[in-house]
Amino acid sequence: MAQISPTQNGDLRRCCFGFAHLVFVRRRVLFTEKYSNFTNTKERLQPPSAAHPFGTDTVGRDILARTIYGGQISIAIGITAAFVEVMIGILIGALAGYFGGRIDSILMRFTEAMLNMPQLLLLIVMSKFFSGQLPNINILGRTLSGSVVVIVFIIGLTSWPYLARIVRAEFLSIKEREFILAARATGTPSWEIIFKHILPNSIAPIVVSATLGVAGAISLEAYVSFLGMGVRAPTATWGNMLENAYRYIESAYWLWLFPGLLIVLITISINFLGDGLRDALDPRSRTV
Amino acid sequence: MSQEQHVFLEVKDLRTRFHTPEGTIYAVNGVSFSLNEGETLAVVGESGCGKSVTMMSILRLIAMPPGKIVSGEVTYRDRKLLELSEDAMEHIRGKEIAMIFQDPMTSLNPVLTIGRQLTETLRTHTPMTPEQCRERAITLLDWVGIPDATKRLYDYPHQFSGGMRQRVMIAMALACTPSLLIADEPTTALDVTIQAQIIELAKRLKQDVGMAMIWITHDLGVVAGMADRVIVMYAGFIVEEADVDDLYDNPLHPYTIALLQALPRADRRREKSLKSIQGAPPNLLAEPVGCPFAPRCEFVQDRCVRENPLLQIVEGKHKAACWVDVKTGGLR
Repeated sequence: MAQISPTQNGDLRRCCFGFAHLVFVRRRVLFTEKYSNFTNTKERLQPPSAAHPFGTDTVGRDILARTIYGGQISIAIGITAAFVEVMIGILIGALAGYFGGRIDSILMRFTEAMLNMPQLLLLIVMSKFFSGQLPNINILGRTLSGSVVVIVFIIGLTSWPYLARIVRAEFLSIKEREFILAARATGTPSWEIIFKHILPNSIAPIVVSATLGVAGAISLEAYVSFLGMGVRAPTATWGNMLENAYRYIESAYWLWLFPGLLIVLITISINFLGDGLRDALDPRSRTV
Repeated sequence: MSQEQHVFLEVKDLRTRFHTPEGTIYAVNGVSFSLNEGETLAVVGESGCGKSVTMMSILRLIAMPPGKIVSGEVTYRDRKLLELSEDAMEHIRGKEIAMIFQDPMTSLNPVLTIGRQLTETLRTHTPMTPEQCRERAITLLDWVGIPDATKRLYDYPHQFSGGMRQRVMIAMALACTPSLLIADEPTTALDVTIQAQIIELAKRLKQDVGMAMIWITHDLGVVAGMADRVIVMYAGFIVEEADVDDLYDNPLHPYTIALLQALPRADRRREKSLKSIQGAPPNLLAEPVGCPFAPRCEFVQDRCVRENPLLQIVEGKHKAACWVDVKTGGLR
């Protein structure tokens, strides 16, 4: 990339802050699953102290360990859900935008139909329906409740329409550019034009919206888990920690303060990262 | 050059229309011509007269919809291009017939390196290894006169000037040594000195490689320098077709005459001021009745308004579509 102008410095710094924070949060997330699920009912509902910096919960589990461990799950859910979203969104948006005509009409009507469905209700109903049926799974030495996979797919499957529209709009404008005609004139096959010529040109808005999608997925997961429909215990996420905390809002602030604060922080961080990426990737702000 | 004249591209009665909300645009109205091996054909005419649409119809690059090739036949080496499948067409584009476009600033993908774009045709059409592709790309860049080709493969289009980008475009078009190069106003967007360089390049191509070329332009000066034969188009019709010298010495269509009168010539003493053509090109939204040039023609007769003249042989290889004999001013 070309030089970064002084005006971009602030954005870049914000972007770096977002990124550094993510790394920081992720690095701390090294406590074991076992420790985070270790119950000690003698030490239940302890306020923050040297032994338990974030206090303990209703069954005596260390909240620091649980926020850290839960953070892993939340972030993993956010990233994988955004990945699912991006894959579907790109595929549908690209096909609709590139081929146009009837394919475009069918895909876009489908997209609009998906947009009309209330995402949250769909999420709640589907997770209620599916999550009981999946066994626990082991990934990288961690045991996850099957509900995690359900949540990932449901979030992914319900949030792609916005991205699909963005991708379609990009494709519509880029496919009219002359270099696409030039590529067609050299006999480049359609799939190659879609994925090697148009997609790299529309990557900026996709990256930005995917980043914001991660933040969205994390808060959605928290929301659904908070309602008790999301990720099931004992797998900790920030959302289901909040669920356990809501009866102690006045008596034990540490139960909700730390996971809540982290949800806010990570959402802000990811949004900063997305904003920074947008500014860095926007060709209009690039000095040639 | 061999004197054996071998027709390898033949276009018959090509008609292309665009269906738009404002109505149907009659862009190409029954164009027929042929091209011999190694020949350079220039297609001239003002903007919007169907030059580009004709060529893009031949390669089936017209966006459909709104465009539609209503009728016609394009025969390239015994293959009927308009009837081929899209897959088969992809094998012809770039490999056998290549096309370069007017604006080199927008014809290259800004996010891919020159090397990537240059080797794309090779990777698509030949079984060459990446290493061979790279070698070939360097040779091509060298040939079109880009210095330090090895390094420049890794540069992006914005690091090149307009003239260099057009050279890269030409190099891309030549990658598979196609037998026909269609150049759609390749010099229009460039300044005059760069134009001259690109034309030099095209001449070299003709002499060294013997490649057939169709050169779309509205610059009659360019035509005189390099073409063997010229087609003059107006409102989607071919109005005159002749060998290049014949056309300049003995234009038979009033439109060609008017075009030549509007052109400053270095080889003639300037006797009077240049003449412009009165009026504006016809609206292509209506199906043409009568000769499309009639409203602007100084030789116009009653018959011109009623009936559209067909392109016919006037003398030798010289064809024109006009009822009037421009030498006498009377009907032919």
